[in-house]
Amino acid sequence: MLHEPATKVGKDAASDWKAKLGIKLFWLYCLIYMGFVGIAVFSPDTMKAPVLAGTNLAIIYGMALILFAIVLGLVYNRVCTKKEDEMNAKAEGAE
Amino acid sequence: MFYEANPIAIAIFLAFVGFVLGISFYFARKAKSAEGYFAAGGSIHWFVNGIAFAGDYLSAASFLGICGLIATMGYDGFLYSIGYLAGWVVALFVVAEPMKRLGKYTFTDALDSKFNSKGIQLMAAISTLAVSLFYLIPQMVGAGVLVTPLLGLPHWMGVCMVGAIVITIVATAGMTSTTYVQFLKGGLLIIFSTVITVMVLNRGLSTEPRPETFVPRTIAASSVEAVASVEYHEKTYVKVVEDGRANWWIAEGDQLIEAQSKVETAAGETLYNGAPKEDKMFKSVGLVNKLQLPDGQVETGSVGPLEYLSTIQDSEIVRYPKDAVAKFDHDGDHVKVFVPEVTAGADLMVPGQYFKTKTKMGKLNFISLMLALFFGTASLPHVLIRYYTVPSQRDARKSTIVAIGGIGFFYVLTLFIGFGAMTLGVIDVESGNMSAPLLAKAFGIFLFSIISAIAFATVLGTVSGLIVATSGAIAHDLMDNYMGIQMNDKQKVMAGKIAAFAVGIVAIILGIAFKGMNVAFLVGWAFAVAASANLPSIVMLLFWKKTTAKGIAWSIGVGMVSALGIILTSPDMYAQFGFKGTSFHSLNQPGIVSIPLSFITLVIASLMTQKDNEGLEDIR
Repeated sequence: MLHEPATKVGKDAASDWKAKLGIKLFWLYCLIYMGFVGIAVFSPDTMKAPVLAGTNLAIIYGMALILFAIVLGLVYNRVCTKKEDEMNAKAEGAE
Repeated sequence: MFYEANPIAIAIFLAFVGFVLGISFYFARKAKSAEGYFAAGGSIHWFVNGIAFAGDYLSAASFLGICGLIATMGYDGFLYSIGYLAGWVVALFVVAEPMKRLGKYTFTDALDSKFNSKGIQLMAAISTLAVSLFYLIPQMVGAGVLVTPLLGLPHWMGVCMVGAIVITIVATAGMTSTTYVQFLKGGLLIIFSTVITVMVLNRGLSTEPRPETFVPRTIAASSVEAVASVEYHEKTYVKVVEDGRANWWIAEGDQLIEAQSKVETAAGETLYNGAPKEDKMFKSVGLVNKLQLPDGQVETGSVGPLEYLSTIQDSEIVRYPKDAVAKFDHDGDHVKVFVPEVTAGADLMVPGQYFKTKTKMGKLNFISLMLALFFGTASLPHVLIRYYTVPSQRDARKSTIVAIGGIGFFYVLTLFIGFGAMTLGVIDVESGNMSAPLLAKAFGIFLFSIISAIAFATVLGTVSGLIVATSGAIAHDLMDNYMGIQMNDKQKVMAGKIAAFAVGIVAIILGIAFKGMNVAFLVGWAFAVAASANLPSIVMLLFWKKTTAKGIAWSIGVGMVSALGIILTSPDMYAQFGFKGTSFHSLNQPGIVSIPLSFITLVIASLMTQKDNEGLEDIR
């Protein structure tokens, strides 16, 4: 009894598919994040360059990282929900 | 600085805290079972849970710590915002759904779902305890920071107050009530931070200081008689008596520049600028020295967000960094002189004031921190526990996205709140942690009271969440699973409550010991411990079939011990407790060493114990 989830989770046919997508998006974000850290460490003066409305790269890149996380999250949720409905309906139909 | 208690502030504050406690007691009646106590019965709506996530996460570290760090150090504080949020990407894309599928009450259960191993149970419970305690320290420090300007109480009383209230909340309630408290507080924090930001942008930037801000005078050295003179780090400090009050000035050529000083006299008195605290001679700091505006204007008036930042970029700011404080002894007095530093706005808008990214060690610390922040979020026990409070995986995912939205928006605001505090001269040189509430005070006592009450509730909420996680680790993982003590539901909850009480007391003591350290920085450490101890095992369990129970147990142990070891022997720890001599290494951020070490340990230990996995079912 100890090792069951708090609430029962139904079988999810889309589970593997979602995990794969998650990892892909993770690497995408990771790359952009590493880009930020890389510039800050190896070419700090590049961060001072004005990019948008006189505001420098550090600020714009930082804010973009935050906004990109939100956008990526929304896209992920949308795609996953759609796929869950699709794949689970198919799985039920097959049973 | 001297803070006077304001009756309106106290009234608003008490009403708010009372309200929070009321909610807590109301929901407490609903939490009778063990599942209800530790995981809110898996019944919370995803949106409520999402904002509660944000409430949990936007702890004292974010509101007080990040804003304070930006206010004193500029962009380097914002790095924490970026890193804390990026961590959610790992949580959402890699950990959220599998965790929900695996777990029951705690993170240990999730790890142990495949193996049912005593070793994992023990190590995971200990690491939950260690991470939670590290995370508790900054929250308690934050509590002490808040009550000082609000209620005029000393730091330690604030810490004790939070401790007492939280123990009451946790002992009577559990996860359902903490969730609703966090929901309320998370929502209000985001709303009122937006209000402050709008007010900062509306006021814009000005070279005219506010009357409350310290503006140093400059006089000819020959016009006064120096009582004493001290050389310290290539600067000369001169003691000048003025109206019977002795204060320290900084000599520059044939001129003297007024400074603020704190002196602990041989007689045991503490003097601020040569007078007792109550005389209010000691003022808040922060000044725009130069603004590049056309036609000799001295203020920008209302500006847009990007224009605000780019204007600071082109200006010059007077700051009082911690590492520029002159500390020397004179005639038996311990003297601290707060030395101003004029910094170009362009340098404040890039990393480098705090993390000296132009030095080798600075680079390493910087990378190490960014690594720990990125991987820390997904490994925090009190964040993970929230995956269990919603009914389904889909809901867990949705609430994570609500959380990312709310938290991300707030983190963008930290830039404006931080720089607002810096340029409006509201900073207490003794502790940058107070910057955000003091900025609110510059806009009126009402906003200040609300903000302080929310921040206080933030601390209450986060601390109670952490204590629930910790007591869960003790009662459920250690006593029930590991030691195999037979308990019914009622006894389990009782054991949890007793554990909560004990952890609360420890938290109070630590909160007093770490006074004055930046809270975001302290949380950075908690992240490093979490990322080192927990992340490798979560990730490898999910994605590497050869992971064994012993591999996980060893990886948690090695990650935790190495991270803790590096932190406890770090230069910053030496500085905080005034140890003599220098630390034997100069790494302040352990992540870059301890995270890979934990991964390597897991791989090696797993490969050596492959036999253990025979006959086990694959969890995926």
